[in-house]
Amino acid sequence: MKQKFDIIESTMVPLPLENVDTDQIIPARFLKATTRDESFFGDNLFRDWRFAPDGSVRESFVLNRPEFSEAPHKGVHEVLVAGKNFGSGSSREHAAWAIAGYGFRAVISSFFADIHKNNELNNFVLPVVVSEGFLASLFKSIEEDPQCKVRIDVPSQTVCNLATGEKEHFEINAYKKFCLMNALDDIDYLLSKKDKIEAFEQSRSL
Amino acid sequence: MNTLFDKIWDSHIVSLIEDGPTQLYIDRLYCHEVTSPQAFDGLRARGIKCLRPERVFCMPDHNTPTHDQDKPIADPVSKAQVDALERNAEQFGLTYYGMMNPDNGIIHVVGPEKGLSLPGMTIVCGDSHTSTHGAVGAVAFGIGTSEVEMVLASQCILQQKPKSMSIRIEGELGKGVTAKDMALYLMMKLTTSGATGYFIEYRGSAVRSLSMEGRLTLCNLSIEMGARGGFVAPDETTFEYLKGREYAPKGDDWDKAVAYWKTLSSGDDAVFDKELVFDASDIRPMITYGTNPGMGMPVDASIPSDASRKALDYMGFEAGQCLLGHKVDYVFLGACTNGRIEDFRAFASVAKGRRKAEGVTAWLVPGSWAVKRQIEEEGLDKLLQEAGFEIRQPGCSACLAMNDDKIPAGKYAVSTSNRNFEGRQGPGSRTMLASPLTAAAAAVCGVVTDPRELL
Repeated sequence: MKQKFDIIESTMVPLPLENVDTDQIIPARFLKATTRDESFFGDNLFRDWRFAPDGSVRESFVLNRPEFSEAPHKGVHEVLVAGKNFGSGSSREHAAWAIAGYGFRAVISSFFADIHKNNELNNFVLPVVVSEGFLASLFKSIEEDPQCKVRIDVPSQTVCNLATGEKEHFEINAYKKFCLMNALDDIDYLLSKKDKIEAFEQSRSL
Repeated sequence: MNTLFDKIWDSHIVSLIEDGPTQLYIDRLYCHEVTSPQAFDGLRARGIKCLRPERVFCMPDHNTPTHDQDKPIADPVSKAQVDALERNAEQFGLTYYGMMNPDNGIIHVVGPEKGLSLPGMTIVCGDSHTSTHGAVGAVAFGIGTSEVEMVLASQCILQQKPKSMSIRIEGELGKGVTAKDMALYLMMKLTTSGATGYFIEYRGSAVRSLSMEGRLTLCNLSIEMGARGGFVAPDETTFEYLKGREYAPKGDDWDKAVAYWKTLSSGDDAVFDKELVFDASDIRPMITYGTNPGMGMPVDASIPSDASRKALDYMGFEAGQCLLGHKVDYVFLGACTNGRIEDFRAFASVAKGRRKAEGVTAWLVPGSWAVKRQIEEEGLDKLLQEAGFEIRQPGCSACLAMNDDKIPAGKYAVSTSNRNFEGRQGPGSRTMLASPLTAAAAAVCGVVTDPRELL
């Protein structure tokens, strides 16, 4: 959950599909949990793409392919690379919990759906928006060498394809960057602003 | 600049964080059982209360069965989630409309119907279809569970201000063309990411002439174009709809409120970040052929040649195919998109004097108990019963199949809900989204049918 961000250097898992919606990331039948047990959601990440209805493994899906199936840990598979418009559809934060629970620390795409992007940030998963060209080059590098790495440098807001040396700047607002680098969340911030909230309410009732 | 969106947003700014989001005050928070339990756990873990419990309204809708609601929910996991909401509402002192409570229903149907959602408000809920409430002239948007916790804790949310988009639809809708078709048409034109980063103001004579029910349907689907929300500036239709509703202002307060609400419109000099204009007469009854709501077409058209291969494989369709005459196994009328009285009237207008086709399973699910009561008052239940249809009890139902209303794998459904994603209505289910009129036409013919032929 709350973890300080600095530099991530890791191999990647490629998902070159566009418009991946949150119903695919975590199907609705897994939303019945009343706790935030990330390992439960992580186990069911992309459930219907990973497993057939009878529970058998769909060998061709990327998370089941031998070169990508190792669970994420430092330097390995910490970054998911996905096609544009990632996380569209339902607002379910369970999708972000599933991504975090599986072990991804960052998702790189050329475009994220709004609500899901916020949900990732609120769960200390970093959405990194890159250009279409940079994304295509990442997919190509992974195809050529599944062991290739990406370097995401939060302090300098740069992402580098270490296979090709291509480097891009990515956007993150200064406030969120501060939160990520210091492992602080929005609620900590809001709770420190109670006087402002009360003053606002007063001013409206006048 | 000087758009209605700016006016409402700016009047709710508590503070601005330099190079960061806005601290925005929230007038109304709705909670359902699926996206709230972890937020309440968060409050407990921090040892804090809900800051403004009078602004929060809770009701279960996603897991509720659509029959025998007087009995305990059979699925123990669903029951545990609904029970958790009841306990949380009680512990934090929040208004709760439980199952069988006459005020229960889908949160996005109940909010406007009780006058809880009012013009000029900021409204949030852990549900992307919160955009529905924009129909009353409010800034309403879906949020994640961490953000639900934020609002419970502080009645505020931290958000980047979205850009503004004007979608103007001018002219008159043709026979058999509804607000749902309007929205499916916009999705076809804009795709599911065409409005990402924007808040939409729907304008133009075709929007103005929609009833509140129609506006609720249109605003509901804003998220399916990627927009955080969409709204319609309040007007006489809005005031007429809200007057006398339980939580709407009364007496002098009503007059004052209406005077204020009349100021809620975009200025003549308003500048939007993006402006689009459409002609209502170009819109025909629509249907989707693919696995996202942007993959739609007029019901009498053919699937485009460049349609996604993956989507067509899932649906069992081919490029160039016309869906008219294609077999339909299930029909679903309901959801926060089309579960209101007008939708049932539309469905009944087609079903009247006809019979449900053999082999079609039809689920007609009102959006709330209030809608169900009105169906009965208008005698629509009897008319539909004579045609072979049964009215069920309210809830989200087959829209996302969290209860036992699941479309079986491989079966085709014409559905008035909002999403046709893979497995959305049950693992392997194949969904074609359409209006209540088109759904009714499919239900009585047993195949995809142009509703205009039956009107």
